[in-house]
Amino acid sequence: MNFADPIDIARDAGKRTHHFHGGLRLRHNKRISCQVPVERPPLPDILVVPLLQHAGETAEPLVKAGDRVLKGQQIGHCEPCAAVHAPTSGTVEAVEDRLMTHASGMTGPCVIIRPDRKEQWVELEPIHDVLTASPDSLIIRLQECGLAGLGGAVFPTHAKALDGLERKIHTLILNGAECEPYISCDEMLMREQPDKIILGARILRRALGAERVVIAIEDQMGAVYAALAYAAKCAECKSITVVKITKIYPEGGERQLIQVLTGLEVPADGRPSDLGLVCQNVATAAAVAEAVTEGKPLIERYVTVTGNGISQPRNLLALIGTPFSHLVKACGGYTAHVARLVVGGPMMGYAVSNDATPMVKAANCILALTQSDIAAPQVEMPCIRCGECARACPATLLPQQLHMQIKNRLWDEAEEYGLTACIECGCCDFVCPSHIPLVEWFRYGKGELHQRAIETQATLLARERFEAREARLTRKKLELAEKMSRRKQMLKDKAAHKEAAEKAHGSSADA
Amino acid sequence: MLTAVATLTTLGLAFGLGLGWAGIRLRLKSDPAVDRIDALLPQTQCAQCGFPGCRPYAEAIAKEEADINQCPPGGEAGVRALADLLGREAKPLNPDNGEEMPKTVVVIDEQRCIGCTLCIQACPVDAIVGAAKLMHTVIESECTGCNLCLPPCPVDCIDVVGVAADIQQWRTPRPMTQQTLAAAP
Repeated sequence: MNFADPIDIARDAGKRTHHFHGGLRLRHNKRISCQVPVERPPLPDILVVPLLQHAGETAEPLVKAGDRVLKGQQIGHCEPCAAVHAPTSGTVEAVEDRLMTHASGMTGPCVIIRPDRKEQWVELEPIHDVLTASPDSLIIRLQECGLAGLGGAVFPTHAKALDGLERKIHTLILNGAECEPYISCDEMLMREQPDKIILGARILRRALGAERVVIAIEDQMGAVYAALAYAAKCAECKSITVVKITKIYPEGGERQLIQVLTGLEVPADGRPSDLGLVCQNVATAAAVAEAVTEGKPLIERYVTVTGNGISQPRNLLALIGTPFSHLVKACGGYTAHVARLVVGGPMMGYAVSNDATPMVKAANCILALTQSDIAAPQVEMPCIRCGECARACPATLLPQQLHMQIKNRLWDEAEEYGLTACIECGCCDFVCPSHIPLVEWFRYGKGELHQRAIETQATLLARERFEAREARLTRKKLELAEKMSRRKQMLKDKAAHKEAAEKAHGSSADA
Repeated sequence: MLTAVATLTTLGLAFGLGLGWAGIRLRLKSDPAVDRIDALLPQTQCAQCGFPGCRPYAEAIAKEEADINQCPPGGEAGVRALADLLGREAKPLNPDNGEEMPKTVVVIDEQRCIGCTLCIQACPVDAIVGAAKLMHTVIESECTGCNLCLPPCPVDCIDVVGVAADIQQWRTPRPMTQQTLAAAP
């Protein structure tokens, strides 16, 4: 039995590696996209920059049709979330609803920019004394530069840093464990720009006030370990350790990675900062280095364009807003048998219906699959309660139980059984012998739970306001009644007084 | 023998007094059954059930003066929840009270509004702001979609609109099962 404080145990993150429950060993298919160095594709004819690129509010546009914008100029403002910037210089053609890069296939507000091919930058303001600058000024810079987690969840980086600053962080974990098959953009970034990642790590460490930095990579990324370890050899980098962890999908999930590094589980209703930890993606760290030392906002990212449906799979450094079709063209176009376009990896990504959708901060991979990659639609069979899904679940949930509850709309039970802790990794789907689309059910169930919470809130508000109004109306009625009775009493008194006076007058007249 | 009688009498008196006190001082302000029924109602306060609000309807259900299928905004799911709570059979909505419809809100066309305050008086949740002879407007987040402000408006300047479906309100749809796939045309 160990009674030590979890925060103290978490201080030793990365000194020993541990295991998490379940998970899968998958064929990683990464090599095909790692053969050539990363390059910028030619500038597209049109850029479509969505004003909503992460959970939270849509940014307010700061430009209108006809405006000229410079590369890096802020075009969308959003107070609690990350700003949006022009990826190149040119003219704003319109601010209108366009197809978004989103599982819903819906449209949303976008700024459409026609590049003038001059690549004229706005005046950038680098912070020179990076390692002595105050944490606050660094965090403000992160928000101004529109930084968001590039691992896929796109949580605004400054918000995470602010939370970390409040909660006393001791260790910053940089997540380089890119566990999903096919995706190799973080691996290429770590190979090509290890110095930038190390610099970003030092800046983030300063912004958070953390003592240590642990960079976690997979044990199969040989060249990456050497590159990072070499970059981390500087005198001020003593607090940075690079750790190799065993490749088991989904070890790159935030909670799974923390479990591997510390042996501790982050509570389902808690956050890593409860253990004194903050987790950031390596690509985010590199973007932080650019934002702070060069003043460059987040306008481009590494993206893997891969799959058997692409002629020359590779990684590209793509501007946010570039249509997918343009990126595919830069990779030699589609092969003859392409059948499906997926944003993200094969386990957690979603299919899009149109390749005109633009690059967003969240898109780490564009995966074109052929008919032979896509498993033939299997007939869904009833659950046989084999329990394979529970064995594979890295969040230690009971997928078969949750599936039954969601199917029968037993929302309270599903919540009690931890539906919200599901990370949608797809392991249960993968192992299910009855081919039940479990993750699809869990996504639906989570949406319903969220909707229910919103409706409950609205219901409470409506009841409160109705009751307040009822109370006010009754009070007014009582006040009115009281006023009336007082007035009646006054009239009666007056009448009585008059009568008495008349009587007195009469009697005096008699006398 | 006398001691026993005396003890029991004293005990009886003491407990009687205690219960009497509790009956007066610890009396519940509201009926818990009504609270639990009220909690299942959608709080639209639309009066489609024939009662002047959700709470009065809940009171009527508790007294068995009203049926459980009179709330169109609650829909079939609401009837089912009430049936579960009260141990009764679920039944279809009573068409006399209206049909289940997707949620809407109202907006006031500010050009046409004459500032008569009639809608403000009609709104059961105080979701309309404005003053006499001044423009009125609806607080969208607080509008329950009861449409009670429509009839009193003398210039018909209030419009019913659907709640805008933007990307943030999108939810993953319910997956198709073999049964639903087979049932689909």
